[in-house]
Amino acid sequence: MTLSTSIHGITFKNPIIAASGTFGFGEEYNELYDVSCLGGISSKGLTLHPKDGNEGIRVYETPAGMMNSVGLQNPGIEAFIEHGIADMRKFDTVLIANMGGHSMDDYITGATMLSKADIDMLELNISCPNVKSGGMAFGIKAEVAREVVSAVRKVCTKPLIVKLSPNAENIIEMALACEEAGADALSLVNTFQAMAIDIHRRKPIFNNIYAGLSGAAIRPIALRMVHSVCKQVHVPVIGIGGIYTPEDILAFMMAGATAVQIGTVNFNNPLAGKELVENLEKLCVQEGIQDINEIIGII
Amino acid sequence: MEYFDSIVLAQFQLTDEIFVLTVERKGASAAAGQFFMLKCWDKELTLMRPISIFKADEDMLSFMYRVVGEGTRKLAELKAGDTISLLGALGTGYPIGEMHGKVALVGGGLGIPPLCQTAKELSQQGVQVDVYLGYRDQLFATEDFEPHCQSIFISTETGSEGYKGFITDLLKPEQYDAVFTCGPEVMMRKVAAMCAEKQTACWCSMEHRMACGIGACLGCSIRTTEGMKRVCKDGPVFPSKIIF
Repeated sequence: MTLSTSIHGITFKNPIIAASGTFGFGEEYNELYDVSCLGGISSKGLTLHPKDGNEGIRVYETPAGMMNSVGLQNPGIEAFIEHGIADMRKFDTVLIANMGGHSMDDYITGATMLSKADIDMLELNISCPNVKSGGMAFGIKAEVAREVVSAVRKVCTKPLIVKLSPNAENIIEMALACEEAGADALSLVNTFQAMAIDIHRRKPIFNNIYAGLSGAAIRPIALRMVHSVCKQVHVPVIGIGGIYTPEDILAFMMAGATAVQIGTVNFNNPLAGKELVENLEKLCVQEGIQDINEIIGII
Repeated sequence: MEYFDSIVLAQFQLTDEIFVLTVERKGASAAAGQFFMLKCWDKELTLMRPISIFKADEDMLSFMYRVVGEGTRKLAELKAGDTISLLGALGTGYPIGEMHGKVALVGGGLGIPPLCQTAKELSQQGVQVDVYLGYRDQLFATEDFEPHCQSIFISTETGSEGYKGFITDLLKPEQYDAVFTCGPEVMMRKVAAMCAEKQTACWCSMEHRMACGIGACLGCSIRTTEGMKRVCKDGPVFPSKIIF
């Protein structure tokens, strides 16, 4: 029985990747279990310069999920290259550097720096909903995304994943534009822009007013988006969105995903990564799946 | 730090909203000022709930908490024999080992329970402890401090018990080698300012909404004079001079 999949020449021992922003750089969860059991880890979202992130409430429970507005707090790409990578390399798993940006120049400079560093893949976040300037803007309009992905592609020597926002005007046009601009893979979806209000204080919960919704609540919509994108693009797709169980993983893979990312579930169960790897194998045996690649895109 | 299932030993309701949950410790680490993430649901709720340690005995852990929402309401429904999941002990607690002489603990509202374990650990290493407890109206946990403290000062906003007014009115920081405080931010800010004026070292315990509880998600970061700090990992206890 094989769980191993590959994306643009990079082999994942299983299709389970820790999603950016939920897993730090792996160190904290490694105190609870050996994170080398995961197929990959996508780093905390990096920006060219260090960022403090947003003020006020950053995480908030919602029905069947949660909202977050962390705002890309991170040490900056330089610090990541100097210290973070060596720490992440202690884990025997695919190392994906996730990078966000505020401007075209930021993306190009950051991608140039990370291309020279010891990472396996670059995941370009053109879709963070929690950063006021930039970020989201690149993730909304396909033509804007095409420009930034083309520019990054020119300088990026690592396999390039582009992470898409479900808030895009048209997710299929967005996916096609990124593929044409040179993305080696797509990951989707990032969080849905959402809102919560404290009626007693008569104020939004989040200082930024809007924040990103994740968890089971978004799963069926994410699955539909993954499916519809997979029908149109030729590059591998990484499915993301409220994946909690091994059954969810198989559903996203049947819809066309080559691998998946798990985020919110880590908060519900800090051992989720390890348990999903173990239980996915059991489920595949039960379902008579010899090689998990057999089921990719069967629907 | 461990993630494990435990058994509920007891649940007591102290007031309309305040409960004490006692569970088997199962060998978990636990130090004054630290907390655990708790959950008694599978996926019905997404996040675990951070609750500070009220008492840590050899075989059991107690948590005193106020029912404020759906998560704490579910915790309050637990009965002896039920299963509960714990992640902990988490965070950086009070610097008990560095203390000597005389220490004041200043608690307000639900900031009072974590100071109980703190009083116990301080007294066990020979530190003289005075405790200042500020309530709105109804007292709780007061008697739990008695075995560990030299003096207990009490205030209520309503005047129903003890001094009528704020607990900070009673505090004289110059009498102490250090002050530990936990409670509403406005109270801790006042305590920190009083300590700064008298050059008494002060530590405060911060509260924040959390997702992971272990320092990975940065959902509980706060601004300090030493940069952004994670309440769940770098705190919840911080030297007050970097916070206020």
